[in-house]
Amino acid sequence: MKRNAIAFWGASVLFLAAILLSAELVANEYWFFAGYVILQFIVLSVAWTILGGYAGYVNFGTSAFFGVGVYTAVFLVSAVGAPLPVQIAIAAVVGAILGFAVGLLTLRMQGIFFSIATIAITIIIETAVTNWRELGGAAGIQIQRPPVTAPFHTYVQMLVFVQAVLVVISVAIARYMQNSWIGRGLQALRDDELAAECTGVPTLRLKLIACVISGALMCAAGAPAAMYLQYADPASAFNLNYSVSVLAMALIGGTAHWIGPVIGAILLGVTQQVLTVTISSEVNVLVLGVMLVLFVVGAPEGIIGLFKRRRPEGKA
Amino acid sequence: MTSTDTTALPLLRIGALTKRFGGFTALDNVSVDIKPGERFGLIGPNGSGKTTLINCISGAFRTEPSTVVFDGEDITRLPPHVRTRRGIARSFQIPRPFRSMTVIENLMVAADFTSATHLRLTAEDHRDQAVTILQQMGLANKANARVTGLSQVELRKMELARAMATRPKLLISDEAMAGLSGSEVDEVLDLLLKLAGESITIIMIEHIMHAVMRFSERIMCLDAGKIIAIGQPSEVMANARVQEAYLGT
Repeated sequence: MKRNAIAFWGASVLFLAAILLSAELVANEYWFFAGYVILQFIVLSVAWTILGGYAGYVNFGTSAFFGVGVYTAVFLVSAVGAPLPVQIAIAAVVGAILGFAVGLLTLRMQGIFFSIATIAITIIIETAVTNWRELGGAAGIQIQRPPVTAPFHTYVQMLVFVQAVLVVISVAIARYMQNSWIGRGLQALRDDELAAECTGVPTLRLKLIACVISGALMCAAGAPAAMYLQYADPASAFNLNYSVSVLAMALIGGTAHWIGPVIGAILLGVTQQVLTVTISSEVNVLVLGVMLVLFVVGAPEGIIGLFKRRRPEGKA
Repeated sequence: MTSTDTTALPLLRIGALTKRFGGFTALDNVSVDIKPGERFGLIGPNGSGKTTLINCISGAFRTEPSTVVFDGEDITRLPPHVRTRRGIARSFQIPRPFRSMTVIENLMVAADFTSATHLRLTAEDHRDQAVTILQQMGLANKANARVTGLSQVELRKMELARAMATRPKLLISDEAMAGLSGSEVDEVLDLLLKLAGESITIIMIEHIMHAVMRFSERIMCLDAGKIIAIGQPSEVMANARVQEAYLGT
């Protein structure tokens, strides 16, 4: 256990150092644009897995949380000119509150009913923002990036580093939860909610914790997107594609372990970027759908499930 | 009215409990006291309200205030997990294991969430406790097996072991012997008798009559949500209404 922790934090430091170093070594700005999107999807999929994987509550509302993160940043920039770290921190707080509220309203529903409720919430929030004139309404809103500070040469390079920090934070949280009593309780309630209650697991409280943490991370991941695009509009910030992509990434990677969504997000994220560049941005939705079907049929426990099956399990 | 009175205080008091589902009355004015350390048998034909009563005690169903009093406290407002922590554990008629876990992990859930000092005890402490219970249940050799690979009798024992891992004062066994062979019935029965010997109060729901007769100090028979007989096993068995309910005259 100890050695695992050292390896994990060592790898995290190396990862962040590599991102910092790339700002010096990589000249082509495209790599940062593409890398940012993939990192953002890693954070979103890991956050999704905390509720959707560990607890088994399939959330279609990723785009609601992402969009709220985007618009929290937009609001803070246009109202008080808040700096990026403040945007992200407040977006996380807003996400946590939203997660708590959504959880209280919907977590008594199970299975497909919960999922439908999360879609409904996405539509409600998107409609509200669309009609919020101070935030640009349906036409969207443009925002100005502040000048970039050293050691970064461009603002996008800095955003990539910031998103990489969020990756480390979200994976660290997911990893902690998975190995702690919280993870065991969530796993128990995913298997059987009544049996979990009767074994002493406070199921509603644990689900709320998962909802709050998942929501906070999703909103935090969305906050820098405002500065990344320098523009926000409801139709793209609350696009259902975020929900579907993130769900596909988590399921394809596997949701029983934090590494699953990381693998899934890298695999699908890279595929999407390659397809967008080589063919068209529309094709990647098709490929996403085909891959999801293939994995649901061929590897229902995702990529990590394939590896687990290899290991001798039937020896007992 | 002296010291004997306090020891005779019921561990569990069901007071005038009525449970309706829409127009259907599943339990009709049921009252019973269960003494600490008692071995209590609960019988009745299918649909007579046995499992409904268990669900009311364990908290899966909510009931009117002060209809369920445990250890001197009204627990009708408490959710199931709090009742479990207070000392009520149960098994399920159809086993409900945590399927993605191993046997010992199933027990560790109980240890993690019911020990008040769970932040101070290490995972190793919990594992040791779980191993001890598995040994007691004769499941130690299956500790690291997946529950999906267990036989029916092992699954039943695992559920009882998981219930025991919550360190209950009251254990409710809901048809833990259903579908088992004759020798397996005896195995589970011996286990329950052993647990009762450790001053755990046990309510046993069972259809297998010789098992209930051997186990129980007192038997209660439900029919259509009403108590039709309660008392010594032999008395209850001799009761005309019980025979009628079971055999349909």
